[in-house]
Amino acid sequence: MSATTYGWLVLLFPLLGTLTIAFGFRVLPGRSAGVIGTGAILLAFLAALGALIAMQGEAPAHRELTSSLWNYAVSVGINAHVSILVDPLSVYMILIVSGISTLIHLYSLSYLDEDRGFARFFAYLNFFVFSMLLLVLAGNFLLLIVGWAFVGAASYLLISFWYRRTTATKAGIKAFVINVLGDVGLVLGTYFIFKHTGTLDFLKTFQVAPHVFTRGEGDIVAGCLLLLVGAFAKSAQIPLHTWLPDAMEGPTPVSALIHAATMVTAGVYLIARMHVLFELAPAAQDVGAVVGAATLLIAGTIALTQTDIKRVIAYSTMSQIGYMIMGVSVGAYAAGMFHLMTHAFFKALLFMGAGSIIGAMGGEQSLEKMGGFRKAMPFTFACFIIGGLALSGIPPFSGFFSKDEILLVTAERGGWHWALYVAGYIGAFLTAVYTFRMIFRAFYGEPVAEARELEAGHLHHPEHPTNPANGELEDTDVGFPGPHHTIAERALPMKVAMSLLAVGSIGAGLVQIPEVDDVIVNFLRPTFAGSPLYEPHTRDGLLVFGLILGTLLGLAGIALAYRIWVKQPSIAVTARERLRPLYLLSLNKWYFDELIDALVVRPAAAAGRFASDTFERVFVDGTLIGGSTGIVRAGSAAVRAIQSGFLRYYAALLVLGVGALGLYFLLQS
Amino acid sequence: MSIAWYLAVSAIVFALGAGGVMTRRNPLVVLLCLELMLNGANLALIAFARMWGNGDGQILALIVMTVAACEVCIGLGMIVAIYRRNLALDVDELRELQG
Amino acid sequence: MSAVLFFLAAIGAISGAVGVVVLRDPFYSVLALVGHLLSLALLFLLLRAEFVAAVQVVVYAGAVMVLYVFVVAYVGDSSTSLGERLRPGVSGPTGGARLRLGSALLGGAVLVELLIALLGSGLKAIGEYGAPYAPGPKTYGTPAYIGNLLLTRFLLAFEIASFLLLIAAVGAVVLARRRGGLGEESEELVPLRLTRPRGTGTMAEGVSSLAFATAHDRPTDFQVPDAPEPEPEPAAVGAGASSAIDPEQRTDSGGGW
Repeated sequence: MSATTYGWLVLLFPLLGTLTIAFGFRVLPGRSAGVIGTGAILLAFLAALGALIAMQGEAPAHRELTSSLWNYAVSVGINAHVSILVDPLSVYMILIVSGISTLIHLYSLSYLDEDRGFARFFAYLNFFVFSMLLLVLAGNFLLLIVGWAFVGAASYLLISFWYRRTTATKAGIKAFVINVLGDVGLVLGTYFIFKHTGTLDFLKTFQVAPHVFTRGEGDIVAGCLLLLVGAFAKSAQIPLHTWLPDAMEGPTPVSALIHAATMVTAGVYLIARMHVLFELAPAAQDVGAVVGAATLLIAGTIALTQTDIKRVIAYSTMSQIGYMIMGVSVGAYAAGMFHLMTHAFFKALLFMGAGSIIGAMGGEQSLEKMGGFRKAMPFTFACFIIGGLALSGIPPFSGFFSKDEILLVTAERGGWHWALYVAGYIGAFLTAVYTFRMIFRAFYGEPVAEARELEAGHLHHPEHPTNPANGELEDTDVGFPGPHHTIAERALPMKVAMSLLAVGSIGAGLVQIPEVDDVIVNFLRPTFAGSPLYEPHTRDGLLVFGLILGTLLGLAGIALAYRIWVKQPSIAVTARERLRPLYLLSLNKWYFDELIDALVVRPAAAAGRFASDTFERVFVDGTLIGGSTGIVRAGSAAVRAIQSGFLRYYAALLVLGVGALGLYFLLQS
Repeated sequence: MSIAWYLAVSAIVFALGAGGVMTRRNPLVVLLCLELMLNGANLALIAFARMWGNGDGQILALIVMTVAACEVCIGLGMIVAIYRRNLALDVDELRELQG
Repeated sequence: MSAVLFFLAAIGAISGAVGVVVLRDPFYSVLALVGHLLSLALLFLLLRAEFVAAVQVVVYAGAVMVLYVFVVAYVGDSSTSLGERLRPGVSGPTGGARLRLGSALLGGAVLVELLIALLGSGLKAIGEYGAPYAPGPKTYGTPAYIGNLLLTRFLLAFEIASFLLLIAAVGAVVLARRRGGLGEESEELVPLRLTRPRGTGTMAEGVSSLAFATAHDRPTDFQVPDAPEPEPEPAAVGAGASSAIDPEQRTDSGGGW
């Protein structure tokens, strides 16, 4: 089979899975929905492997294959096929997406075992994976937009999965609205590009773009900036990032899947996919790089003070996505995609570990209430350590290689990019600090009651389940989390999934050691063949310097975290007092929510209120509707007066009519 | 007698019927007055048929009679129904269709 | 001779019409109309419309007027005189006199217009006696002549008229049936009820078990609440206690499932 056939299979299996579960959940026995869902994604992963193998059989120059199922729309100047593009970049993406998704499905099998919405969850999950695969396999803008919107819808469904939690539904709405903003950007950007190229197909667009656009021309810059809006919204970059922390309301596997491994990387993928266009629009590239750098710094500082364990990881995700956005914006495509892969491994691992701890806490997510789980949960602890080390960029864990490579390429661009380089290393330091702050607070210190209970062999179950976000009492019916929680130590599927991810977190970096094996760079080369920025011309000195600096900063961050949160917890308190303004700034997430609220939400709400209170009442109700009803009422009153109900009166009118008609004819003749 | 005489009689009968429909309040009599109007028209039809020496007018008169019979049928049925429900047999009282 | 006959008939027709309009008692109105119709038949004869004249006498003055008389007699009450029963209230809700005056004026106006239109139209032919006429078995106005026209040239009109009569007959039956009238409790279609023997397993029977038949076989008993119950509970079964019957019985009674 050709690579494109495998590509279609990759799409088919999750779609079949979601349809089967969605329509058959009443007849599917027991927990088979989860097995079906997991199996579907596993099959998709195998098909992705098949695509990889089939593609490796082609000559490097012929590794960009398209396949079209049918003509979706043929109109004046538009020729939209349902077509996929199978090239190294998309194969790379589907491998990551389907691979990580398989493990997360496996994890969910145990994690949501007691949830009443089990089948629904897997239907959503499969739909999400289908959408994401559609997004990365799309061979033209139209299908990309479809996949893009599907992903937004699926994320809404998954974030609001526990739909009777008001916080969850609000978070889902927030995520959806911001994502739609991104969709609008994407569509408008597509229009700007389509206007000149006249084609929606990716390969044709990339072919003709250098001829129809001059470098830095207004339309291409505008188009790429609008594409960036889409990328920022999906990838949670400032200022469209506020949905990501709130999206932690979803079940933990959702956080692992959507908000670590797949959905948020869509923006990175988009920029990499559109690199031909972005290289024609240097201004857009610069914007992307600066925003990425800003995001990685700001998210890092926010993560320092958050107490919700999942939010810490969420801000960490934002920060790491910032690295990737910065990387692909400055031309470090291979490095950005490489970081995307390693990040998917260790961030999914961290989320899964967080899920395990939350299970041990009986649904509680606050770091304030955790502590001392090291002995009670050795496996989770080990996973956290591995994930944390990879995230902090300690050799030989995977994050070490990928992060430093992005910064290396950034530095190679020279000029003001050095500022980004510095920001990247500050961010690396912050990463180590907040990661190990989280680990130390959860696993070190005095064991809390739940940890002691677990050590005694009993998993804590809260008497009254509460919403961890606002402390509201809940029940465990459908629409709420299930009654029992699960920890990795006691559930084999979770253990398997986390072990595999841990192996990936340790070893994935080894495939791309600069100057040694460069597997990713070589694999992705056909996609980026035309890019002048792609081939690294490494300065060896800088490379070595960067690797050492990254390692040192990571270790320093861990040491600092150890000193503050394990050795002398009083330092944290004094630092909080001394640096109160900074602490508040970080704790309140740089007031982005308040800013957006003041700048966008409130004016919009005020406009809505004006429209409904004043405009609607006075103009629409009073004048338009009231006036027209008044006219109709007056007219009908007049007509009704004739309808007296007196038969004789009617007869008289009839005769009068006859007489008048006769008179008319008499006068006529 | 010339046709004009017949036409005059028909006009008078028609006008009398119309006046009766407008003035009488008993539905039975209203129906009777309608019959008068129809008959006036019939007479005119037959007079004109005679004038042209053509049977079409007579056929039309026959059809009018049929329609009149139908109308009597329904009208009397309604009067009986009204009577059954103990309503006043007075078209001025029967004004439920007032707007 | 024909002039004499014409004047006699014309005076009869007009005075009959006046009688219909002005007589207080509907019964006399009907009688006046009969007279009017007979005079009119005479006029038809004078106009050489033999067949129409015959129909006028037999169908109109005969059958239709008999119907009127029946209804007048039916509507009339034994306790009060016919005229009293049928005479409307003392004064109408609207200004009766005003409407009456207006009606007279309107009717007069229409009459004047008609006369002007008919007589002042300048048609030469209306001043004459009509088309030439030669008596014979198939000549103008004879039954053979009319029948020929009706069944050839005017066949469609003829059929439509017959359908109209049929519909009117059905309508009259529905309107005047025993418990007729809209909004009363027995709203089933009467003809269907009549054609259906009991216990033949119609859908309605199957659905409502015995209730249907019981309730409608004894309409008066069923209405009166304190009527003595002849036997334990067919009526209670009718009142919807169908759950009291065991399923087998129910399937038996509604055997048509």
